[in-house]
Amino acid sequence: MTMTIHVDIVSAENEIFSGLAEMVFAPAELGEVGIAPRHAPFISKLRPGEVRVKVNDKESYPFYVSGGLLEVQPHLVTVLADTAVRAKDIDEAAALEAKARAEEALADRSGKIDYATAQAQLAEAVMQLRTLDRLRKRGG
Amino acid sequence: MAVGKEIRTKIGSIKNTQKITRAMEMVAASKMRKTKDRMQATKPYSKKIGQIIKHLAHANPEYKHPFLLPRDPKRVGIIVISSDRGLCGGLNSNLFRRVLSQLTQWEKAGIEVDVCTIGSKAAGFFGGLKTNLIGQVSKLGDTPHLNDIIGVIKIMLDGYEQGRIDELYVVSNEFVNTMTQRPTIEKLLPVAADELNEQLSGHWDYLYEPDAKEVLDQLLTRYVESIVYQGLVENNACEQAARMVAMKSASDNAGKLIKELQLIYNKARQASITQEISEIVAGAAAV
Repeated sequence: MTMTIHVDIVSAENEIFSGLAEMVFAPAELGEVGIAPRHAPFISKLRPGEVRVKVNDKESYPFYVSGGLLEVQPHLVTVLADTAVRAKDIDEAAALEAKARAEEALADRSGKIDYATAQAQLAEAVMQLRTLDRLRKRGG
Repeated sequence: MAVGKEIRTKIGSIKNTQKITRAMEMVAASKMRKTKDRMQATKPYSKKIGQIIKHLAHANPEYKHPFLLPRDPKRVGIIVISSDRGLCGGLNSNLFRRVLSQLTQWEKAGIEVDVCTIGSKAAGFFGGLKTNLIGQVSKLGDTPHLNDIIGVIKIMLDGYEQGRIDELYVVSNEFVNTMTQRPTIEKLLPVAADELNEQLSGHWDYLYEPDAKEVLDQLLTRYVESIVYQGLVENNACEQAARMVAMKSASDNAGKLIKELQLIYNKARQASITQEISEIVAGAAAV
C-alpha cells in the first residue's frame, strides 16, 4: 500500500476537502510545490491558483484558491483558503469605510429623536388619510 | 348586544399580535437552523488555524512576531459583536452589561479603551456612550461574509501593530444551546501559547516561504479574522435562538391574556343577560 498524507482544505466559510491523499500540489508563493507524505514542516503563502489533491493514480481533485496559506506537518497538509480576493489596498479601503461609518454613528446621536418625529409625522399622515376617507364616504 | 365591546376589540388586537409573534417565532426557528449550520461550517477553519498557531508556538522561529509578544496594557481594543435587530430578548443587553462591567474595571485600572462594533445595536449603544468608537460595521444580514468585517479588524490590527493598543478582545454571545446564550469576552492578542504538546516539543522549525515575517503576518491576521468571523456567525445563531424563545414566550403570554379577557367578557355577558331577565321578570310581576 502506498503512503498517504492527510489533507484538509478549509476556507473561513466552509470546509472544502478532508481526506487522505498520495500527494498534494499547491501554488506556493515561490512556485508550485508538490507535497508527498513525510514532508518536512513547511509553511507558505499561496498564490491564486489550483490546489490539486491526488488521491490515487485514477482520482485527483482540483480546487481553485484565490490565495491563502499552506501548512505541512509530516502527516498532515492544511490549506487555509481565502474566501475572497485580498489585496492590501482593498483591506485599507475597507478599514477606512468602517471608520467613516463609526463617525457617522457618532454624529447621528439625534437618531432617536428623528425616529420619534418620523413616527409623529406618520401618525399625522394616517389621521389625514382617515379623515379623507370619512369625507369621501359622506360625499358618496 | 353592546356588552363588552371594548373587551372584544382588545381580544381581537391581542389575537393579531399573537399571530405576528407566532409567525416571527417560526421564521426565527427556521433561520436558527440555517445559522447553526453556518456556524458548524466555519468551525473547521478556526480549528485548523488554531492548530497551526499551536504548532507554531512550539516551533522556534528566528522571527518573533509582535502578535505573539505580551505587552503591558495601557490601552486595549475591543470588538463588540451584536445583532442588527431587536426583539430577541435580553441577548444584546446582557452582552452590553458584560462589556460595561469590563469597561469599568479597565477604567479603574487606568486603561483606556478603543471600541469597534459589528451590528447596529452595538453601534447605537456605544455611539451614545462616552467611548472611543473607532470603527463600525452593520447591516450584514443573515449571511455575513468575511469581507464585510475585514475593515474593522484591520483598524484594530493596525492599532496593535503601531502600538496604539496593547491588547485586543472580542465580545460576542456564545451559543450554549437554544435556550442559553452566554456573553463572552475573549482575548485575541497577544496570542497566548498553549501548554506544551509533548509530541511536538523539541527543536524544530518550519521552512518558511517566502520568509517568516510575511507568512506569520498573514497567518496571524487570518487567525484573528477567523475568530472574529466565527464570533459573528455564532452570534447570529444566538440571535435567532433568542428571538425564537422570546417570541414563543410572547405568544404564550398573549394566549394567557386572551384567556383571561375571554373569561371577563363571558362573565360580563352573563351578568347582563341575568340582569335583563330579572328586569323582565320584575316587570311581568308588576303588571
